[in-house]
Amino acid sequence: MHLRTALCAASALALVAGTAAAQTTVTIATVNNGDMIRMQGLTDDFTAQNPDIELEWVTLEENVLRQRVTQDIATKGGQFDVLTIGMYETPIWAAQDWLVPLDDLGADYDADDILPAMRAGLSYNDTLYAAPFYGESSMVMYRTDLMEAAGLEMPDAPTWEFIGEAARAMTDKDNEIYGICLRGKAGWGENMAFITTVANSFGARWFDENWTPQLDSPEWNEAVNFYYNLMQDAGPPGASTNGFNENLALFQQGKCGMWIDATVAASFVTNPSDSTVADKVGFALAPDTGKGKRANWLWAWALAVPAGSDATDAAKKFIAWATSKEYLALVAENEGWANVPPGSRTSLYENPEYAQVPFAQMTLDSINAADPNNPTVDPVPYVGIQYVAIPEWAGIGTLAGQEFSAMLAGQQTPDEALEKAQALVTDEMEAAGY
Amino acid sequence: MARSVTTRRKAINTVIAWGIGLLIFFPILWTILTSFKTEATAIADPPVFLFFDWTLENYSVVQERSDYMRFLWNSVIIAGGSTLLGIIIAVPAAWSMAFVPSRRTKDILLWMLSTKMLPAVGVLYPIYLIFIELGLLDTRIGLTIVLMLINLPIIVWMLYTYFREIPGEILEAARMDGATLREEILYVLTPMAVPGIASTILLNFILAWNEAFWTLNLTAAKAAPLTAFIASYSSPEGLFYAKLSAASTMAIAPILILGWFSQKQLVRGLTFGAVK
Repeated sequence: MHLRTALCAASALALVAGTAAAQTTVTIATVNNGDMIRMQGLTDDFTAQNPDIELEWVTLEENVLRQRVTQDIATKGGQFDVLTIGMYETPIWAAQDWLVPLDDLGADYDADDILPAMRAGLSYNDTLYAAPFYGESSMVMYRTDLMEAAGLEMPDAPTWEFIGEAARAMTDKDNEIYGICLRGKAGWGENMAFITTVANSFGARWFDENWTPQLDSPEWNEAVNFYYNLMQDAGPPGASTNGFNENLALFQQGKCGMWIDATVAASFVTNPSDSTVADKVGFALAPDTGKGKRANWLWAWALAVPAGSDATDAAKKFIAWATSKEYLALVAENEGWANVPPGSRTSLYENPEYAQVPFAQMTLDSINAADPNNPTVDPVPYVGIQYVAIPEWAGIGTLAGQEFSAMLAGQQTPDEALEKAQALVTDEMEAAGY
Repeated sequence: MARSVTTRRKAINTVIAWGIGLLIFFPILWTILTSFKTEATAIADPPVFLFFDWTLENYSVVQERSDYMRFLWNSVIIAGGSTLLGIIIAVPAAWSMAFVPSRRTKDILLWMLSTKMLPAVGVLYPIYLIFIELGLLDTRIGLTIVLMLINLPIIVWMLYTYFREIPGEILEAARMDGATLREEILYVLTPMAVPGIASTILLNFILAWNEAFWTLNLTAAKAAPLTAFIASYSSPEGLFYAKLSAASTMAIAPILILGWFSQKQLVRGLTFGAVK
């Protein structure tokens, strides 16, 4: 009797162990933002289709995620099977053979449907290495009521001259209304993302064709002085520490006349539960100076598989699901069209229901207006609009960002900031062997 | 007259002490208050202190989104395990340095402390590579060992300080009565040093509980403790202060309660050598 019980128990255990062994665990490293959290809530759909795959999530702060993922790939730690990475890292890591090519995501994946700008930015040697989960550009978000009160009308494609005029006209510092809120917090992904796009639109570039830093050029001088004077006249106090979230808070509280930042912010500022100005927001393309380049960037949060993963096939299956047309339809069905991750697929913008979303067309136009392969007026040896796709960029971007942030804080003049930034960038590039 | 001066001085001291105490506690209080606000109220300018619509929404969102108990359990095991392991190693080490000192004891103590002077990031890659080799990445045992090692100098130092206060003659008497080394440490030294050992355990448990560098760098999905739970609520795009505050409050609540109930031992332990 005892023997029979023991045998039964052993068989049951073996069965459970066998089932567990058949399970493939996919560990996904991601950041905490609305679209990613929404995806975590909808993964039952994926696991129902793939009962043999178990998903584990590691949610990290953006900078910690970059550092952890870099460390893990470089040391072949094998901690993660799916990585959430950006457009900056993808070509650099692909060139190092750190990522698995994603050119085989299934017959019905329809990779040609990915927006061309996104596909170009996430490819290396014409091979896709990261699939876009959502994409963004930058655009002008403005208060329609304040613009009207100032007696002005925002064109669909404004110039910097108009933005400067409107910002100064809308400013009412006594009532804590500031004409424009722009990024000032130091960091390659913070103020330098924005300042680089301003510089592009003024005809400036980071490097010439021989990789010589160009921050001492007249175009950079004009761009940085414009940014500085605009923020002095019409920016909020303490702007040198304002990043995306700080400006979002200011705009939602009704303290900004205009805000030029990521298109993804449109859904936040028009959400009545968080924003006090939800029904008074208009959108326009990022400004230019008539030189042929607008001050808008291009970015994507994308999913990639690290070369060290031991669950490559399962990881690809997950990526194919999370970045598919079917996933967009699933989000629309469960959360409404306004919550669908934007900026990844052409078919989304052809959908008549999605066209009803107030910021959909402007987001698409902004993305289409961005070309990471030709980001500047004059030719450059690099790819990337608000960044330079070289490993040294994170360092030089942050160093220069600190100088411009100090300038905004009143610790130095624009000329001094540019001079120091030029010297720092020159040193770093020489040390790197350029 | 003398009595009235003493009373006034006492009152002033009390007010100053309370003022400093509140100042130190304010960030925690603000975190707790923010956890009951909406995201919009959390960023209101000017900030709202007490008069707002209190909500438990952030706690329900955090509870729904994260498996709090898993993170809590990992924290308990890692902090508790590393502290216990540290005590087991440190008691004999501190005994030998306190009661059988050699010419080199002072140097050894200083050398042990000097390991705390190296920035942790300086040894991150070597330890990461060792962990890969030994299969210890994202395991509770790996993190327990690392936290034990980084806190060991403090544990040894604290125990050494307490043991030095115990007269060596008592141990000698035990030896003369035939006690073995093990019996001497377990049945004579340890009971006399219980207050010191208790405060050492408490302080190191708190240090291990709050440790964020190694716990964030060496864990992923399986062994992540509450520090990783907090970090997961910071967002690059979108407001997160209220939810982050709710996660922080949930993470510090157990250690805050533990600290509250054991504050006597903690204060006694921390001021043991100082008031001598």
